[in-house]
Amino acid sequence: MATILDRSHSVGGPGFNRWLVPPAALCIHLCIGQVYAFSVFNKPLAQLLCAAQAACPPAAAKVISTTPGDWTIPSLTWIFSLAIVFLGLSAAVFGRWVEAAGPRAAMFASASLFCGGLLVGGLGVSLHVLPLVFLGYGVIGGCGLGIGYISPVSTLIKWFPDRPGLATGTAIMGFGGGALIGAPLAVNLMKYYSSPTSNGVAPTMWTMAVIYFIFMLVGVFLVRVPAPGWKPAGFVASAAQALVTTRNVLVGEAIKTPQFWLLWAVLFLNVTAGIGILQQASLMVQDMFGVAVAAATGFVGLLSLFNMGGRIFWASLSDFLGRKRTYMIFFGLGAILYALIPWTKNIGSLGLFVAICCIILTMYGGGFATIPAYLRDMFGTAQVGAIHGVLLTAWSCAGVAGPVLVNYIRQHQIDNGVPKADAYSVTMYIMVALLVVGFICNYLVKPVADKYYATNLQEATV
Amino acid sequence: MTTDTTSTSGGNTAALIFAWVWVGIPLAWGVWVTIGNAARLFAK
Repeated sequence: MATILDRSHSVGGPGFNRWLVPPAALCIHLCIGQVYAFSVFNKPLAQLLCAAQAACPPAAAKVISTTPGDWTIPSLTWIFSLAIVFLGLSAAVFGRWVEAAGPRAAMFASASLFCGGLLVGGLGVSLHVLPLVFLGYGVIGGCGLGIGYISPVSTLIKWFPDRPGLATGTAIMGFGGGALIGAPLAVNLMKYYSSPTSNGVAPTMWTMAVIYFIFMLVGVFLVRVPAPGWKPAGFVASAAQALVTTRNVLVGEAIKTPQFWLLWAVLFLNVTAGIGILQQASLMVQDMFGVAVAAATGFVGLLSLFNMGGRIFWASLSDFLGRKRTYMIFFGLGAILYALIPWTKNIGSLGLFVAICCIILTMYGGGFATIPAYLRDMFGTAQVGAIHGVLLTAWSCAGVAGPVLVNYIRQHQIDNGVPKADAYSVTMYIMVALLVVGFICNYLVKPVADKYYATNLQEATV
Repeated sequence: MTTDTTSTSGGNTAALIFAWVWVGIPLAWGVWVTIGNAARLFAK
């Protein structure tokens, strides 16, 4: 098995079609993107004991469970947070290993960890031991997320030197699309496994582990790396653009450059601002426009759709616009749109509110999907996967800071007597300020200084 | 320097179709369900 997974056994031979690599990457990302849909488990997880006693409140009731010992929603939100934190940490720690071992071994490790995490998490649910769920889905599964997220990036960039944005955008689109599949799959499985004394969460998690493992294995065996020196027919690397290098910076040097930290800030600020909408979307549309809970859930689904679509749209467009200009649009247009959100409430236009939020979410997704190509432009292809892994710590930080920031501001407003419908305005204006800072960080990105580039000897030893 | 085109052999074409169908079907299903749920937002 270990031999099959070796980088040397996964080199694409003559005639190999490089368009097989994006679906291989999608096999991984569509599965690990399930993490975005983990919230569908929150309510059932908070009702495990009352379900066992057939004593849960009606589905329409606002109270979730009054049975002593049932887990609380705030404690359950840590499962998702832990998964995102370990996504960033594992991507940073294992980035060099992913580059060295190759995508096939990395994808297999991701499948084993992510699906193993679901199995252990399901065991924690069946035994009603929350720390075991934290360990399983949060820590083990989170490591699978991180390794899986970066595993195809470097390979795709090497197969598509002419369209790196399109290639990585396709894969990272899958991470956004994972929620669209994961949420209805989990809901249907829970329905199938539910009984008068169980809401079926544990068998759902186990079944998903098996389904996802098989799905991810197809990606493991589809993926190939290009032969050394391979390039598409007719492709000539161009160094005409100032911000596109044809040389390489190794990960140890990359993190010493101001460019790396500017891009770290760019990703952090873009994600934090996006979370400002995502975190509050359901509550916002209910409080500002009085829509029903079911419709608000549909709105969140719609945002996921645009989050996914934006990943491939913006990343592909960045191949033509350039990465820096693309992020200028994210931050410039984003700041204007965030500032307009309170106004949509004032004029009572639900349609305009929905349209603005959808555009914002395309740019949130686009920010994730375009960053690998930006890194490739700045630091070359040699260790772009490992550099991307370290950069993803920005996501972990934003995943913790974003929700804390938006929830605190909203609560502070309400505690000070601001009506619920108006409590979002200040949050939106703070997001505008964050986006302006992001615009400046992106503006300051300049070509990397010569001293950081690897020599031929250094590259040969990697 | 190795160069290659994106031309395919017969087996490669079958693999290509299988790969895109494999990822396309679940993704299309997810998008379909999501659009159905989102339609409730504007339902009277």
